Amino acid sequence: MGELAAEKHVQFILSVEKKKDSLEAVAMEHLRMNGAYWGLTTLDLLGKIQVLALFNKIDVLDVDKVASYKQIKSKRNKKILLNLIFNSDVAALQNKDGSFSGDMWGEIDTRFSYIAILCLALLHRLNKINVEKAVNYITHLNFDLPMPTAVFCCVGALAITGSLHHIDKDLLGWWLCERQVNSGDILIKSKAKPGGLNGRPEKLPDVCYSWWVLSSLVMIDRVHWIDKEKLVKFILDCQDIENGGISDRPDDAVDVYHTYFGVAGLSLLEYPGMKALDPAYALPVDVVNRIILGK
Amino acid sequence: MHGRPRKPAKPEDESASAARAEALRALQSQFFSNHHNKVYTDEALQLSGRLIEQNPEFYTAWNYRKLVVQQNLDRCSESDPDALKSIIDQELRLVEIALRQNFKSYGAWHHRKWVLSKGHSVLDREMKLLKQFQLLDPRNFHAWNYRRFVAALLNRSDEEELEYTREMVENNFSNYSAWHNRSVLLSNLMKKKAEGFFPKAKVLNNEYEHVHDAIFTDPDDQSGWFYYTWLLDQTVKTDAPLLVSSWPAHGSSVILSRNRHSSDCSSSPFDSFRSDSGTVPLLIYFNQAVEGVNSSSITIESSFCTKDLIWKPVLQNNSQLSQVWVTHIKFPNAKSHSSEVYQLKVSVGPTQGIISASGFDYSHPTQFAFKVCVRPIETEPAEKQGEDIILWTDENFHAFQTQYQELHEVVPVDQQSVNDVHEPTASNWRAETIAKEIALFRELVSEINCKIGKLTLARLLTAHDVILSPCTSKMFHSDEVLQLYIDLIKLDPSHSQYYKDEHSLVFLQKVTSNRESLLRHCFSHKNLASSSIGNHICLRLNNLSLSRMGSVEKLLWVRMLDLSHNELHSIEGLEAMQLLSRLNLSNNKLGSFTALGPLKQLKLLQVLDISYNEIGAHSIDTTRYQCSTPLSHTEEASWNSEEIGTGGAGVKGYWEAFLIFKSMSLTQLVTLGNAISGENFKSFVVMFVPTLEWLDGDKLH
Ligand SMILES: [Zn+2]
Repeated sequence: MGELAAEKHVQFILSVEKKKDSLEAVAMEHLRMNGAYWGLTTLDLLGKIQVLALFNKIDVLDVDKVASYKQIKSKRNKKILLNLIFNSDVAALQNKDGSFSGDMWGEIDTRFSYIAILCLALLHRLNKINVEKAVNYITHLNFDLPMPTAVFCCVGALAITGSLHHIDKDLLGWWLCERQVNSGDILIKSKAKPGGLNGRPEKLPDVCYSWWVLSSLVMIDRVHWIDKEKLVKFILDCQDIENGGISDRPDDAVDVYHTYFGVAGLSLLEYPGMKALDPAYALPVDVVNRIILGK
Repeated sequence: MHGRPRKPAKPEDESASAARAEALRALQSQFFSNHHNKVYTDEALQLSGRLIEQNPEFYTAWNYRKLVVQQNLDRCSESDPDALKSIIDQELRLVEIALRQNFKSYGAWHHRKWVLSKGHSVLDREMKLLKQFQLLDPRNFHAWNYRRFVAALLNRSDEEELEYTREMVENNFSNYSAWHNRSVLLSNLMKKKAEGFFPKAKVLNNEYEHVHDAIFTDPDDQSGWFYYTWLLDQTVKTDAPLLVSSWPAHGSSVILSRNRHSSDCSSSPFDSFRSDSGTVPLLIYFNQAVEGVNSSSITIESSFCTKDLIWKPVLQNNSQLSQVWVTHIKFPNAKSHSSEVYQLKVSVGPTQGIISASGFDYSHPTQFAFKVCVRPIETEPAEKQGEDIILWTDENFHAFQTQYQELHEVVPVDQQSVNDVHEPTASNWRAETIAKEIALFRELVSEINCKIGKLTLARLLTAHDVILSPCTSKMFHSDEVLQLYIDLIKLDPSHSQYYKDEHSLVFLQKVTSNRESLLRHCFSHKNLASSSIGNHICLRLNNLSLSRMGSVEKLLWVRMLDLSHNELHSIEGLEAMQLLSRLNLSNNKLGSFTALGPLKQLKLLQVLDISYNEIGAHSIDTTRYQCSTPLSHTEEASWNSEEIGTGGAGVKGYWEAFLIFKSMSLTQLVTLGNAISGENFKSFVVMFVPTLEWLDGDKLH
């Protein structure tokens, strides 16, 4: 089994930031804020956040415009820039049934429930919304068409609001642990390697699910139900050893998104030498503890 | 990016893409300029369309179009239907182009919903379009979501949609989305008791037939199996909550004594309880979480006043929904020098109010009765004396020589008298259905080595036992089930921990299912004769390879519990054992202090051994969100004010331990052999657990 090519991944993330004018970067313009979060968190988990100093940190990330936000004081605190998208207006997007809309156009989704609760928790402003209704909305969804992305949003929102007891952890945990693809036709057909996690039954494994599925399993204390070693191997096999970065499956093209989710997965799997990631807040544990516990 | 091969870029590609990047950047700047300057001309609208065609995920462009469309619609008078139609059609066309580019674009799907919500469009066309899309990718969940939205707009019945899922499944069994949608629709129809969807027995039996086709055709395909699991759950679960057990148990007698040296309870056949304030806890355990347990939904008949008792949920967080509830009954002081005996009769659910999480009423009013013998105070309470250290080594325990009869008073196993047989007629079809399925699956797993078939058989057998005796869980099939889990550990090693956990649960059900097997684990501890914990029994479930705790509803009476030398990484459920006073968790796999969260609820716990676990050894804490902490907003970060100032031993470093220990009054604690062990941690414990008399085997002070 190969090892984590941490240095290469750092180089890869920095190179993506340098190629601001590439077609890929321009086409991904709408994900710029996400990209900053993926890149920064990856660097922090790898213990390499200090390399940003080489880049006149803030410029690189184009966060000058928003840097006035009071919490951005130190380099590390920049991860809080997630919050910048929202402020007190988040509360106004809560609907009568407890759900949240993404914006004034009213698209309702559990993504928005999670993001709203996360942001307000980080800002110590959860009291601005009706938490009980927000939880009620999520627990009555019946986990419509369970998708790991939606499961993560629901479980994460319930974790942050101390409401995980509403979940049947054994049933959900079993469904999630069965996402590990160890054998079967799907592997033979696609020549994929065993150990990875997929999104739904009979689909191909993909590194990004090592975040969505794993974090949910950690939050409900059922992560021991999968074979961690095999999953570590699957993620490491998806590295581009030469140029850095991690892809969805072995030998596919790498991107920042899968690089982050791969590194995040390794952190949750307790891969040696990495910082710990909080499964609910999706930020390094030391950052969450500092914000929430005042440590 | 998904499914794109990793290739180095060629120079000619690079120059071409640089040109495209520049063009796209120019388009973007023009778009943003239009957006900010509120330019809503046709030309500007077209430009936003071009941007979307290239990148359907560009949310800002979709939102810009909504602004323009809204304005145009407002301007357009109702009298000009053609103009309205063309505005709408233009948007629908763009969405189709975008979806062909990226079928998973949230922005595109939502835009379509938004446009349709304006009215003015032909919904039938949507169904045709969906058919096209679902032919291309029948499992796409966006399309299924959208289908539900359109079906609602069209007032299509659940029955029609259910029929559609049947068609989809028949085309291809491996359509998880269709199966899932079917379960949602069927739940609705059965809940409404729609025509043809009642009684439940008939509906479910048809569904079993239906899903057999899929799973017997290709047992390795998981899609149908998850539907099967849902079906089994529908068959087994009783809607209305049931009372499963209580302490004191029905028909039992409890001696209440107020000072520790007065009674000779160690030789008494009765269960006894010591309390300086003269209160006895009353615990009730339901088969599912309920709310609304209070002094009006639970009435107690006795010769003294028991009105206005306060019932509390026994839970790790501050929810009002719990399986276990506790109250404390204060008994009158005995007036003379003789004991006073009180009869108490508890009625659960004579009035409405107890409701399950899914909204079902407690509909089987139940009664149970027990006796409490209050001993007079014979001497003034002696000055509190320290107790001897409790040692858990084998030589301190001995098996009971006494007749089992004596222990029967203390160890309640059969609570059948609490609940007679529930819904006898209704459970018949459940048992029959499950028995039929068991026969079918026994045959299947004898023919092929199919892991999910074996797992399903294990679940069916367990379900069958539960249905036949919902409260006592007589385990007729436990040996067969245990063997199936052992097979599964070998057959599917990647999920071996899941099967081990299930194995532990079934094993504990077996141990607790009859008195003889339970008494084999009951021992007398040599220090207990003179102690104050009530009865003299230690339940030893040590060295059993348990990876998970269970069956606590049968163990509410336990005061001393030995769970050492197992593989526990969690003690979830232990919070129900409210009488627990001594607990040995040494030599397990507990990975953090938050894993000890259930102990916060055990107000009588005094002696705790957590030595030789893995506390402090893990970077990821999997019980971080199971325990109430400031992270889940279930507890304040209360050390901020005082302790941090006075501390020094570092609350900061041990905040999880602080949260656990501060609400307990431990007198003996062993923490050796964990990654966190050391002098710093010891001085922290000494400082923040003031009640402690023994730490790591040493007497303090
Ligand atoms: Zn992916």
